[in-house]
Amino acid sequence: MNGTDLWTLVTIVGLACVTVLTRSFFFISSKPWSLPHWAQRGLRYAPIAALAAVIAPEIVMTQGHLVSSWQDARLFAAAAGAIWFFWRKGGGQAVLGTIVIGMAVYLPLHLGLGW
Amino acid sequence: MFFFRANYRHPEFRQGVRDTLAVTPGLAAWGLMTGVAMVKTGMSTFESLFMGVLVFAGSSQLAALPLITAGAPMWVILATAFCVNLRFMVFSIHLRPYVMHLPLWQRLLSGYLTTDLSYVMFVKRFPHPGADTAQRRAQQAYLAGNCFMNWASWVGCSILGVVLANFIPARWGLGFAGILALVGVMCSLASSRLRVVSAGVAGAAAVAAFALPLKLNILVAIAAAVALCLMLEKIPASHREPT
Repeated sequence: MNGTDLWTLVTIVGLACVTVLTRSFFFISSKPWSLPHWAQRGLRYAPIAALAAVIAPEIVMTQGHLVSSWQDARLFAAAAGAIWFFWRKGGGQAVLGTIVIGMAVYLPLHLGLGW
Repeated sequence: MFFFRANYRHPEFRQGVRDTLAVTPGLAAWGLMTGVAMVKTGMSTFESLFMGVLVFAGSSQLAALPLITAGAPMWVILATAFCVNLRFMVFSIHLRPYVMHLPLWQRLLSGYLTTDLSYVMFVKRFPHPGADTAQRRAQQAYLAGNCFMNWASWVGCSILGVVLANFIPARWGLGFAGILALVGVMCSLASSRLRVVSAGVAGAAAVAAFALPLKLNILVAIAAAVALCLMLEKIPASHREPT
């Protein structure tokens, strides 16, 4: 594992281009223009959908199958992190808190109990 | 940008640096953790450093990691990163009048370096685009200072994370911190009921369609969630079920 391959490096360059493209999207053309109305509304829902789509399988699936047991450290860690976030109402360093609380739940269950 | 003498000698540059310093602990921890996550999901040290220095977008990096290790096709990875980054397009509509007096390459560079935090701080300090040259210069200097500090602490801590990760055994499962970070970012986006619906639909669809080849389940899930939310939007509020 952990070998460097060209395909990954090209993908990383592509990701950097995506960063530039999205962050300066409306700086590129000096002509005034805007997105169609439906696309602007769609923009409000796409980011959270993209994150949920990446996260959900990482939490509830193992090797392409839904987890069969509730004894999985990931379920408890993700739940604890989300509860912390909403309890703090997203204030201050709430994302950092989500990581710290989640890992504080994850590590003992994963390393201690082998979940 | 920060390598212009006119910017880094301007008093607003220091103000930008100071404002970012206040949030640096959080930024540093997030960068450090991203560095660890990159190595722990199976990328080589060189790939991780390359990504940490170049991509400069934590959530799209973290979202791309599981897809890269799963061997998803490049266009699916880039499309996913694009969707995760869509919020920046909205920021760029807002920031457009502040930067259009600059040449194209400086606009692109400013966009590249302006993350969520810099954007929020910048529009808070300057609610209106500069009306004359002096104001525009002050705004550019502030943005340059803010982005410089942000970039330096993020990239520095990513590199530190990559180095430290090599001393931590893989079986500890520290890569899961990357998923938890995404959970936190996702929670911060859950600002309306329809957005929560979007997350729920996308999550369920991504799991249900997991068997699709090429990680297409991610794109199917995004399309399904956005289409459903656009349809639900059309229902007048009075017809909705009270909850």
